[in-house]
Amino acid sequence: MELSFNLIAQQLVTGLALGSIYVLVGVGLSLVFGLLTIVNFAHGAFFMVGAYVGVFVFAKTGNFWICMVAVPLITGAIGMLVERFLVRPLYGRGIDYPLLLTFGLAYVMMDLTRMAFGVQGEPFEAPEALQGAVDIGIGMFPLYRLFLIAVTSVILFALWLFLEKTRFGLIVRAGARDPLVLRVLGINVSTVWLTIFGVGTGIAGLAGLLAAPMRGVSPEMGVPILIEAFVITVVGGMGSLGGAIAAGLLVGVVVSFTTLFRPELAEFSMFALMAIALIFKPNGLFGRKGLMG
Amino acid sequence: MNSSVNNKTRRNALKTLAGGSSLVLGALAFPRLVQAQAEVIRIGFPVPLTGAFAAEAQAVVRGAELAIKEFNDAGGLNGIKAELLVRDDKLNPQEAATRTIELIDKDKANFIVGSVSSAVQLSVNNVTKQRKVIYNSISQSDTINEAKDWSRYTFHECLNPHMTAGAVARYAIPKMGKKVVFLTADYAYGHEMARGFQTAGKALGMEVLADIRHPLGTTDFSSYFPRILALKPDVLIVCNFGRDQQISFKQANDFGIKKQMKIIAPLLMHNGRMVDGHKAYEGIIGGTGYYWGIEASTPSSKRFNDSFKSLHKGLYPTDYAALGYAGVHNVLAAVKAAGTTDTEKVVTALSAVKGDLYKGNVYFRACDHQAVQSVLIIESKDRAVAANDQDIFSVVATENFDDSKLRSCSELGHPA
Amino acid sequence: MKTKNTFQSPVLALLAKQPALAVMALLAVFPLIFPFHSLAINILLFGLFAAGYNLTFGYTGKLSFGHAAFFGGGAYGCGILISQYAIAWPLALCFGVVLAGLLALLMGLLAMRTRGIYFAMVTLALAQCVYFLFFQVNSLTGGDNGLRGVNVNTVNFGSLKLDLLNPLVKYYFMLAFVAIAIWLINRILNSAFGSILEALRENEHRARACGINVEGTRLLSLVISGMVCGLAGALNAINLSTVSIDSLSYQTSGQVMMMTLLGGMGTFFGPFLGAGIFLGIEHVVTGITERWQLIVGVIFIILVLFFPKGIWGTALARYKK
Repeated sequence: MELSFNLIAQQLVTGLALGSIYVLVGVGLSLVFGLLTIVNFAHGAFFMVGAYVGVFVFAKTGNFWICMVAVPLITGAIGMLVERFLVRPLYGRGIDYPLLLTFGLAYVMMDLTRMAFGVQGEPFEAPEALQGAVDIGIGMFPLYRLFLIAVTSVILFALWLFLEKTRFGLIVRAGARDPLVLRVLGINVSTVWLTIFGVGTGIAGLAGLLAAPMRGVSPEMGVPILIEAFVITVVGGMGSLGGAIAAGLLVGVVVSFTTLFRPELAEFSMFALMAIALIFKPNGLFGRKGLMG
Repeated sequence: MNSSVNNKTRRNALKTLAGGSSLVLGALAFPRLVQAQAEVIRIGFPVPLTGAFAAEAQAVVRGAELAIKEFNDAGGLNGIKAELLVRDDKLNPQEAATRTIELIDKDKANFIVGSVSSAVQLSVNNVTKQRKVIYNSISQSDTINEAKDWSRYTFHECLNPHMTAGAVARYAIPKMGKKVVFLTADYAYGHEMARGFQTAGKALGMEVLADIRHPLGTTDFSSYFPRILALKPDVLIVCNFGRDQQISFKQANDFGIKKQMKIIAPLLMHNGRMVDGHKAYEGIIGGTGYYWGIEASTPSSKRFNDSFKSLHKGLYPTDYAALGYAGVHNVLAAVKAAGTTDTEKVVTALSAVKGDLYKGNVYFRACDHQAVQSVLIIESKDRAVAANDQDIFSVVATENFDDSKLRSCSELGHPA
Repeated sequence: MKTKNTFQSPVLALLAKQPALAVMALLAVFPLIFPFHSLAINILLFGLFAAGYNLTFGYTGKLSFGHAAFFGGGAYGCGILISQYAIAWPLALCFGVVLAGLLALLMGLLAMRTRGIYFAMVTLALAQCVYFLFFQVNSLTGGDNGLRGVNVNTVNFGSLKLDLLNPLVKYYFMLAFVAIAIWLINRILNSAFGSILEALRENEHRARACGINVEGTRLLSLVISGMVCGLAGALNAINLSTVSIDSLSYQTSGQVMMMTLLGGMGTFFGPFLGAGIFLGIEHVVTGITERWQLIVGVIFIILVLFFPKGIWGTALARYKK
């Protein structure tokens, strides 16, 4: 196989686009774990719900951009309802219980979606403006994927701003290091946690919407996402935003290049990476409690 | 210390007593179920009602229901009616095995028809083989015909990858060009399709530039396209199934693959085209076992379509609906011909079943009970020129089959 | 001081006090009252699988997502020997158990440094590697087509001929092995080793200070756990005459986790009860609706919220009050 510079460069860009989705799902999961110490096994289900909410909103409005605003809000709202009524009663019982509850919740969410929309899946197209391919110097590349890389960067920047530059973000980061501090300061911890869970699931839903034009929409679409999100979060370090970003992009590029040379190993390479990372750095690459790292 | 020794002895004694008495009680209390030769013919039907192929499973159930209804309406077997026992195998071979065992042992199913997955059908077949129950498989697989898995109780109603891929190869390669790249799902079925294609293609001078294997369940094919484009083949042959196929077509479209090469698929799935629409499928040529559009030229198809529509509220039968229909229909036809549900007699009768049921002439080959049937070459139809919402394909060619185009009996390991 | 037996039923009291014996007795009469015999066998074997998992999760407190590797490893080990090499089933069974134990040893060694949720993730990743390995060696395992031909239709004990195609006979045949495994687990838990395990679970640092070899103990318990799960897998291979690659998947790991939690972790009867409930509900609901995942999920959520000790665990706790 002829390895031209163009081919390598193209593979790198596809890796980054692939990594963008990984980063988005990883960040949502990592946020929730970092602050709430909850492993959300329904994370993939929220991803899927986001895509279906997108289908619904698009059917009503015909406008992809409205979907981009509505989907994270609606998905986040669902997430907050889940936190308030299903997850909150479990605080203090150890990390196993929310994990198990969200495991069951994922089943429920998938089946409810099947009941509402049917089992066959739904089509979803990128908006006209984003369709087609452009010449990026090294070859033709789908415009939508370039958009995806751009949007992900914007979302991450917004998240960073939120965490670093706002008062609420400060509270969140303080709470990540020591929840007791918040209570001592008289801050309502429950509200903080509710919001974070909403943000985490909202981002997952948005990721689902963004993935929909590429992968279509089906009730099972969240299942592989869950595993991928875990790989990202664990490799990057639970609770580390920077770690999730680094890991997401790393995994995206690794998978992309594995596909080039030994495609059968593409999926396996993710797990091998996770296993190796954990064996040598048991807390992940950037792992420690606390959100910026 | 003494007490614990005593405890242990007592415990052991109790254990033996408990075990022994329960066995005795069991033998007495549990009556041998009277094998009431109930006046019903039961067809066990394990299919993946939940999971990735739920849509296909729903289709086969519809087809099967029609077959049952036709049989019963025509009087059944001297008044004995047929009953369909649908079970969810959850697309899991072990679940399917459990369901099949239960269907045979508890539900007293006389025959088993079913499955939509290659792994599941092999698991079901293993169970039916052990218990000497007829199994008519409606799922694609080359393996089920091979001597290691096969038994005289195994029948294969569905096309196998060798036939499907071969037909598409013979149609497409002469027209489209000889340089090909395979994008194959890395599992048995994908490999079988690729192999069938390569066997047929070799005779046509096909040149394989690469056989790229993707993991089953891949959701993002973007990493494959740069290399595929760089190889510059005439044809990209996509050997996968279900969602994998749907997603790979969609993304290939996004990457502008079709501008530089043709895409063909040994098996083109109807549900994917129904959901995703014409754009992603435009220009792609593939094979299938059945498309309702042949009713214009095939009277048996029109009859089948009309029956199906009247039972299922205007729905036309898809590829999998037709399989469900044929699979159950032929078993019942054999029962009628044999005049009994006795397995050995039905095996003989089923082996002899042939005729034009819904798509032209079909018969079962003797050595491996493979249903020898035509393969339709189809391509996606634009809604603008379609007759209705369900008119999604046009049939560009039909390849009729005979024994010579199948893998030979000896190649499969059967005695000559 | 327990003066009053708050249990209405002497059966339940017996279960609490003499768990191993009671479980065996219950399992012995189970198929006589339960008409679905194939399902009963599944409950029996998955109950054993869950009992093995319980050793790691319930008794040492480590959440593992990789136990499918042991179950599947045992299944394939036994199945390949019977199907591909025509080796007698007793030897194949042993081989399956040993193979599962080796996989557990390997996994334990690699995962030794990780704690908490990371342990769960490492076990998940390693189990996926095992999955991939078995998938690729498809000449031996059948790959995704699964392993077929694990046909043990009759079993001969001298003059006694058991027809394993008869579900009831098959059940009691399997029960013999399950009973042995239960007895062994009981002995282990009631031994000095069991006390060490309990000490570890309560307070790892204090245990270490007492001179207990924490890593070694954990590793040993994982290996034993793996072997029990391997036995369940090997028996299942004979039960269904096939082994599916799904038995190595993380969904299988998830299912056994659910069953153990449903029934009650750290209790003897819990895993079997959990397996029974999970599979029973699935079976019943599947017959009524295709939306069985919804029902199972809702029940699971309710259990986690209101019966965190699992059904049996909660019942036991009430009894002990």
